[in-house]
This record gives sequence, structure tokens and C-alpha cells, in this order.
Amino acid sequence: MARLNVNPTRMELKKLKARLSTAVRGHKLLKDKSDEMVRRFTIIIRENKRLREEVESSLSSVMKQFSIARSVTNACEAETAFSMPSVSVNVECETESVMGVDVPKVSLLSKKRTDELPYTYSEMTGEADYSVKMVSELLPKMVELAQTEKTVRMLADEIERNKRRVNALEYVMIPQLEETIKYIKDKLDENERAAVVRLMKVKGKAN
Amino acid sequence: MTGKTAIVGNGDGIMVFKAAGVDTFPAEDEKTAKEIIRKIAKEYQIIFLMEELALSLTDFLKRFDEEPYPVILPIPSASGSTGYGEQTLKSAMERALGVDILFNKN
Repeated sequence: MARLNVNPTRMELKKLKARLSTAVRGHKLLKDKSDEMVRRFTIIIRENKRLREEVESSLSSVMKQFSIARSVTNACEAETAFSMPSVSVNVECETESVMGVDVPKVSLLSKKRTDELPYTYSEMTGEADYSVKMVSELLPKMVELAQTEKTVRMLADEIERNKRRVNALEYVMIPQLEETIKYIKDKLDENERAAVVRLMKVKGKAN
Repeated sequence: MTGKTAIVGNGDGIMVFKAAGVDTFPAEDEKTAKEIIRKIAKEYQIIFLMEELALSLTDFLKRFDEEPYPVILPIPSASGSTGYGEQTLKSAMERALGVDILFNKN
């Protein structure tokens, strides 16, 4: 490991020692942060997997149901029936901090109207009613999935970045500082010994 | 803050979402989907995107991971899941943990 290019003086030694203690403390803190993030990540990712499986299975059945509904209705009629929604989905968007990472926190606002179908019963078949109802029921789950999945992705990025920082401190910064400190210490000791020997020589005690 | 939801996709599948109150944006191919997402990213907080379209837009969608909003969620279409969601989950897990803790069952 290369040592830093500094003058071997007491001033530098003092500065480097301060830097080393900061680096060690920072390393410890970042390592703890990393551990905690990984712990949270494993919890969230399990949740994410469960939600994803749930949403995917119900969604494909909804889609199938809906294609049946579509197939028995005239395409043009279906288009008009569905084009004017009677409800609108509103979500409450906030951010939450997970270990210093701002992640989205969304919740579905309750709908005001109860009759969710945008068309009259005579226009469409019953299958369509089912699928619309199922989608409405599924939406809170989908919103939740969107939130957890984004959290997982953001947390993964942050963990990666944090790991890099920890490694940079552990394998580059700290060894470098330690080596430089050792070098300066050696150099200073050497100077001191040289001075002692010189003094002894001057006094004629050594030959 | 109150946000809005949108769905970008192809085919009839998105129509049922319209009835449920989600704004729909039809997109037949990846290019139009990309354009639409770029346009609506500021306005909508949650965007559902059909997996078929998301598959080839992975790099484009990555840039939205920096900020909490908008949230873009790939969802399976009528033809069933392509495993894309599982794939992204897996890659995130491997990057963060280095090991697979969910999918290897041996």
C-alpha cells in the first residue's frame, strides 16, 4: 500500500492521527449503517415477493376475465362504456426515511362514490362488472406493491453505494494512513537517534 | 401531497383500469411508451407499465430510481407474467446482498 506523500514532521503526524481516528470512527458507523440497511432490506424484499406473487396471480385472472367480457361485447360499445370513469383514484404521496434514504410512502385515498361502474348494467355483461370490481379491490395492493418495489430498488442502490464507501475506508484509506503514520514515526525516531549520536560524538563519549 | 395514478400499456387490458379510475395511456410499442412516460413522469406519481413494454426499457426506467417519485411498477398483462418483476427483484437482491435469499430453494 502506497503511503501518502507528506513531510515527516510532528505537525503532519498529529494531523494524520486525527484523520485516522475520524476514518476509523466513520468506518464503524458506516458498517453499522450497512448492517441495519441489509436487515431492513431482507424484510422488505420478502414482503415485496409476497405482494408481487399475490398481485400477479390476481391480475392475470382479472385480465382473463376482462378479455371474456370484451369478447362478448361490441368493441365500439365497450370503448364508450369504459371511456368515462365515474371514479378517480387518488393516492396520498409522502416520503419516508429508511436509514437516510427517502423512499415513497403511498396510500390510497378512500373513494367517495360507491357505485363504481361507469356504465349501466344494460350496456355491458356481468363479466365486465366482475373485472372492474376486482381491479378496484386489487388497486390498494398494487399501490402497496409499487411502494415496496421502489423501496427495494432504492435501498439496493444505497446499500451498494454504502458498501463501496465502507470498503474504500477499510482497504484504502485506513491502511494508507496507518502506513504513513508509521513512516513518519520511524523517520522522527531515526532523526532523534541521529541527534543523540551526534551529541555524544561532540562530547567525545563515543568514537 | 395528493398524487395521481396512470397506466401505460397496449391492448385492451388497460381499459378495465380506466373503469377503476386509473388514467390510461395506450402505447403499442416501446418507443411510444418511452415518450409517454417521459411526458407524464412529472404529473403522475404512480405509473403502472405493462411488462412487455418494460422489458426493453430497463435502462430508461433505471433513472427513475434516484428519486422517490414517480414510482413505475411493471405489471403483467393479459398474456401472463413474463417473470420480469421477479428478475428485477433478483437483480436488486444480488446487488445489495450478494446472495439469493428468496428464489433458490435447495
